[in-house]
Amino acid sequence: MQMPLFNQFVCILGNSIMMRHKDVTRIGKAVRHISRLRGGSGSALPGLVIEKIDPQFAKRTLESLPYGVVIVTGTNGKTTTTKIVCSLFESAGLKVFTNKTGSNFTRGVIAALLADVNHNGVLDADIAVVELDEAYAAQFVKTIRPRYSLLLNVMRDQLDRFGEIDHTARLLQVVAEATTDTVVMNNDDPLIRAIADVLPKSTNTAYYGISSALQTMFPSDQQLYGKAQKPQKSAHTNSVTLEKVEQNNAWFRLDTSAPQKVSLKLQGVYNMQNAAGALALVRTIATETAPSKLLRSLETVRPAFGRGEAIEIDGQSLEIVLVKNPAGFRLALQSYSHKNVTTMIAINDNYADGRDMSWLWDVDFSPLKSVHTVSGIRAYDMALRLQYDDITIEKVDTSLSSALTQFIDLGPAHKRIFCTYTAMMTMRKILAKRYNLEDIDR
Amino acid sequence: MKKDIKTIKILHLYPEQMNIYGDWGNVLTLKKRSEWHGYNVQVIPYNPGTAFPTDVDIVVGGGGQDSGQTVIQDDLLRIGDDIKKLADHKVPMLMICGLYQLFGHFFQTKDGKRIQGIGLFDIETYAGDKRMIGNIVTMTDFGQIIGYENHSGMTVLTDNQQAFGTVMKGDGNNGKDKTEGAVYKNVYGSYMHGSLLPKNPVFADALIEMAVTKRYGHFDPQIIDDRFAEEARAIARGRPR
Repeated sequence: MQMPLFNQFVCILGNSIMMRHKDVTRIGKAVRHISRLRGGSGSALPGLVIEKIDPQFAKRTLESLPYGVVIVTGTNGKTTTTKIVCSLFESAGLKVFTNKTGSNFTRGVIAALLADVNHNGVLDADIAVVELDEAYAAQFVKTIRPRYSLLLNVMRDQLDRFGEIDHTARLLQVVAEATTDTVVMNNDDPLIRAIADVLPKSTNTAYYGISSALQTMFPSDQQLYGKAQKPQKSAHTNSVTLEKVEQNNAWFRLDTSAPQKVSLKLQGVYNMQNAAGALALVRTIATETAPSKLLRSLETVRPAFGRGEAIEIDGQSLEIVLVKNPAGFRLALQSYSHKNVTTMIAINDNYADGRDMSWLWDVDFSPLKSVHTVSGIRAYDMALRLQYDDITIEKVDTSLSSALTQFIDLGPAHKRIFCTYTAMMTMRKILAKRYNLEDIDR
Repeated sequence: MKKDIKTIKILHLYPEQMNIYGDWGNVLTLKKRSEWHGYNVQVIPYNPGTAFPTDVDIVVGGGGQDSGQTVIQDDLLRIGDDIKKLADHKVPMLMICGLYQLFGHFFQTKDGKRIQGIGLFDIETYAGDKRMIGNIVTMTDFGQIIGYENHSGMTVLTDNQQAFGTVMKGDGNNGKDKTEGAVYKNVYGSYMHGSLLPKNPVFADALIEMAVTKRYGHFDPQIIDDRFAEEARAIARGRPR
């Protein structure tokens, strides 16, 4: 649709007085249909139209759900955590609405709503679980007040967009303050924990965390340099504590009971920490579901795309690991074994990745020893970084498609690709085309 | 007898508080390149409240968040005279962003409060409303310097203060007068993260040469393979702001 024509269209719609919810739904669904026919993802345009003609559409639809809205936000782990939360709610017998396909901004939420509501604009769900970027979350709660929120962590991420870490913490505080019932917080993140001190007494709080034995596996941004400071012990008691991790097994302590073992399909200690957060949140809401049932359901959750799940192609196992910031990259390098693994790294600097490359210098690459291929728009920045950690590189190729194709054609081996967001999206398209992969959700 | 290996001491100012946007990369670059040039390297972290080591060859400092600056500002004034003495003895230094500002006269916050600096540079910095952010290219005595700036402080050079570079792309000190950074003897202040030194090996080697020549009389550089740096520079130059 041409933009001038589009603006006129919206203008006419906006001028008609007080359209009914049902009518707005029909218009939204129609726009969504047209935009999908035209080959779009169907998330930007319909959201934009509805926002203009009926800014209260999402609020009315979501706040009226029996259990209201849950917001999952924080720097790292939102997508996986949201996926876990949804699975756990479903196992508790709740019908869940969520915003899929990484459209974690308000218009994306509206677009997801349009797909799921019936023609009268009614959403057949008990609860909405919404994954939002920190900045979008702070905007979102101005219109739609969440009943519950889950605050994961504050780490350096695309700071060129949000400013500074302290600023990101303030964005999460806005979300916490808007939450009407319970805020669930990461007890091991001092910036998150500090938010509890400023919340009104009427707001309930719950915490999750990791045992002190596991603390060393989670270096904070502040602890990266010089001597690691011993983290301050929190005064709050955890609803869920990740006690111990061994390969894919995790031991969770609920309140003060004995730790229970769970075999997970998720990989990496940070995903298990996210699982603790998800459990703490769901326990707060689905109070009538037996915790043992939630733990069994946790065993079946699979990683989200690009979060470490192996794809089998040409008789080889290919893992794609999304890295967005120094803390996430460090955790990924620490939590995977690099033995007998052929590694590729793809770094882009598009807007969604963050333009600033300085974050690569805040990651210690020494666990890697060697990297086969370095690719992406900023491949040479990455190669330069590896040079200063004395890591050998076979090949640098800024073209993602030729680098990926040749990397796969190296033959059968266990392969792993660390990549930024837009590099992941590009590779996903290349892989889907070449191997006819099923549409990979989330 | 064992061959005498010459040692270079790099002092890293406030590594815990003032170390953001990859500023650590500057220390790493000086360390690795000095080693590749055949020198032994000692990196000495300096933390607030401890004795200031004056027998050093290069001093490096970075940017920080407001919370980090609050912690170090009194301590910096305490060691200010020691730093000035080193500067007057032509010890090379590189100060980025937050510490660059505090090597000047003051940083004035939005509500008019002045945070005193050590006044090594004749510069004044005022909190601004606009975030100056993005890829930046400047021209300096060391050729083109390529980096990434991210600051809202507006810095003005006063009197005869010399700038480090002239802005070719980006904002620099204040987004107006095309100046970037400041120079006093062998002390360089800049807003450029990136990290600055890895992508600017000519400048990194110049700092090392100043340090080595001062301590050992002469510098015998080795040839370092800088192809990755050259390619990274070429690409960074053409990227959107």
